[in-house]
Amino acid sequence: MSSNITSSVSGTSKRHFLSKEWFIEQKSLIALIVLIAVVSVLNEYFFTIDNILNILRQTSVIAILAAGMTLVILTAGIDLSVGSILALCGAFAASMISLEIPVLIAVPVSLLGGAVLGSMAGLIISKGKVQAFIATLVMMTLLRGVTMVYTDGRPISTGFTDVADSFAWFGTGYMFGIPVPVWLMIFVFAGIWYLLNHTRFGRYVYALGGNESATKLSGINVDRIKIGVYSICGLLSALAGIIITSRLSSAQPTAGMGYELDAIAAVVVGGTSLAGGRGYIMGTLIGALIIGVLNNALNLLDVSSYFQMIVKAAVILLAVLVDNKNK
Amino acid sequence: MKQPILQLNNINKSFPGVKALDGACLNVYPGQVMALLGENGAGKSTLMKVITGIYSLDDGEIRYQDKVVSFNGPRESQKAGISIIHQELNLLPELTIAENIFLGREITNRFGAINWSLMFEQADLLLKRLKVKHKSSTPLNELSLGEQQMVEIAKALSFESKVIIMDEPTDALTDSEVDSLFVVINELRDEGYGIVYISHRLKEIFEVCDDITVLRDGKFIAEKTVASMDEDTLIELMVGRRLDEQYPRIATTHSTVCLEVKELYAKATHGVSFTLNHGEILGVSGLMGAGRTELMKVIYGALARESGDIILNGQVINPTSSLQALNHGIAYISEDRKGDGLVLGLSVKDNMSLCALKDLSKGWQLDHQAEATSVNDFIRLFNIKTPSMDQIIGNLSGGNQQKVAIAKGLMTKPKVLILDEPTRGVDVGAKKEIYQLINKFKAEGMSIILVSSEMPEVLGMSDRILVMHQGQISGEFSAKEADQEKLMACAVGKNNNEVAA
Repeated sequence: MSSNITSSVSGTSKRHFLSKEWFIEQKSLIALIVLIAVVSVLNEYFFTIDNILNILRQTSVIAILAAGMTLVILTAGIDLSVGSILALCGAFAASMISLEIPVLIAVPVSLLGGAVLGSMAGLIISKGKVQAFIATLVMMTLLRGVTMVYTDGRPISTGFTDVADSFAWFGTGYMFGIPVPVWLMIFVFAGIWYLLNHTRFGRYVYALGGNESATKLSGINVDRIKIGVYSICGLLSALAGIIITSRLSSAQPTAGMGYELDAIAAVVVGGTSLAGGRGYIMGTLIGALIIGVLNNALNLLDVSSYFQMIVKAAVILLAVLVDNKNK
Repeated sequence: MKQPILQLNNINKSFPGVKALDGACLNVYPGQVMALLGENGAGKSTLMKVITGIYSLDDGEIRYQDKVVSFNGPRESQKAGISIIHQELNLLPELTIAENIFLGREITNRFGAINWSLMFEQADLLLKRLKVKHKSSTPLNELSLGEQQMVEIAKALSFESKVIIMDEPTDALTDSEVDSLFVVINELRDEGYGIVYISHRLKEIFEVCDDITVLRDGKFIAEKTVASMDEDTLIELMVGRRLDEQYPRIATTHSTVCLEVKELYAKATHGVSFTLNHGEILGVSGLMGAGRTELMKVIYGALARESGDIILNGQVINPTSSLQALNHGIAYISEDRKGDGLVLGLSVKDNMSLCALKDLSKGWQLDHQAEATSVNDFIRLFNIKTPSMDQIIGNLSGGNQQKVAIAKGLMTKPKVLILDEPTRGVDVGAKKEIYQLINKFKAEGMSIILVSSEMPEVLGMSDRILVMHQGQISGEFSAKEADQEKLMACAVGKNNNEVAA
């Protein structure tokens, strides 16, 4: 049947980055541009290179968490444990650095630890048939507890050694004038974008989120896909933990608390459906930037931090309502 | 001239890019059953949504009881006496029959508490009228699908409806349930209700309807009496061309055994053995719940096998997962497109290539070029009507969705193709195209298992026919000796003629 394949029109994938369809679907991008324009008029310091880089660096941690969260949400799952994995892996990295274990060992081992913790959630969800919300809620509580026990509730300093100095590069360094965390964020998004659009795994992620039983019946090992996305999400949480720990030269036991909700908000503002199967990784980047720009702008405009929460909630609600309307 | 109770004149309705209704007309007469016919996408459901006011009309008028009306949603139209029974029942399985009937307008006393005894009493009266043998305090999920349909009708009656519209009411019913539905329809007709009957099954139209309205591409084509029509002219009106023969059978000589199933036991399969030859179409008939789909899913590795062997080309394969079955060359096209056949939110391309992505990638990277090429080839070969391969598949008509589902199976280059109800919810034109495709695969030497509840389809397409009853094979016939009566006898378990072909 399919042996009579002849040359034919080559199609481009609908989700191709920067294609026309991509722009049409990215109302959030337009929202971001409008937001930037408005704030630029209101405050002259806002649209300076220093401040832009500052926003990008502040956004990077949430954005990296949100990238992993996008994968999970695309499969119609949710991961509440990202903040706890961030804290535990950050603490783990800090104690390795303080013991003068070389960065080239400490960082990969921490990342691997994050992936293993994520895969545990994936295993509970796929093999144990536990709802993602419950499974990751358990992981969130459990790992925060482990972090508290491990750190005894006190920050772990990376110390004042050469190893600690080179470890600080992840949070405070620059490459070609751009902060390292921003580079890491760019690499993460490029990687996830590639994964979603150019690999079988990515296609299966969308299929699984769209219709799990149809995906199963298509001969796809859905358990493996689920474990895969939670592992990647865990790994990226560990990366976020490394950035924070490196920037502060110490690991806080309460680091990343509540970050899971910011990450979910960024994903949803970026147009990804919580029902799964529909969404775009670049939307998540924009979603994270909208939240980042908003935080920065409200600070520049001297809005009190209490009031900021209200504004943030309003913007998220607005973004989701607009997205629903266009469905 | 009869006076219609509900009259739709020259209805126009456009959506961005499509003219869904273009001068559509429909008359409903009291005491008559009006069939509304047309291929998928002809505008039947849009017309129904216009009546109930879910869609506003661009142009035209709706006259109901000699007055021009426009309803603002199903609640209003229902209150006025027009009830629609949808293909997918709108009932809540956890609630009782009475609660379902009176949902949203429960009978209450003056303090606002529900008057249960009065509600059950009234519901019981309705059920009695429809000869349903259940108390109205029974939870709905204890009822068969046919009985649930009766509950929908009871609900319509409780509104004191004058017009009842039934959208594909027999799609999920067994033959005996269809019969009792027809008895009720006949009674309602005699009581003076105006009934609209939407169905793809032409046989039923001739059995139960008085008049026929045909729509094509949103246009009104004809209103005729059933007595003046025969099946061929009707199909011609619907598709706008003549279909010479509905089942284009081709003769082949089948040689050797391709697939053999030996004493297979599983959850709903009790000792099934059969063989499938190379280049053969094996029809599998039976009533709903006979275990046909379950058997096919065991062969496909999607359901667990307890004992017995599945042998492909002399080699015991016994797949424990769909992936294994696919790798051995068995493809299964599900009966339930929405449930486990397709991912409706993804594009035509993403759906079609889902099983075959391994062959369409270089290492772990997708080969977009190769994927697009083969998807487009199938779109052309199968004459799939879609603006592009990136179209979301949920936007296509049932027939085109089904073609994509079949193409999805074929992309894996199977040796054995299992088609489970391949023409369910598919209009006549697309049906014929699907039959031609099946014959084409057969001519190319593929072995095909065709599971179908439609006996004419099984009889018309198959070389050999198995009948299933309660998880077992209750009869086997060659195409020549089989007829509808024999198949039915085996399907209901009258095991008087277990003749081997």
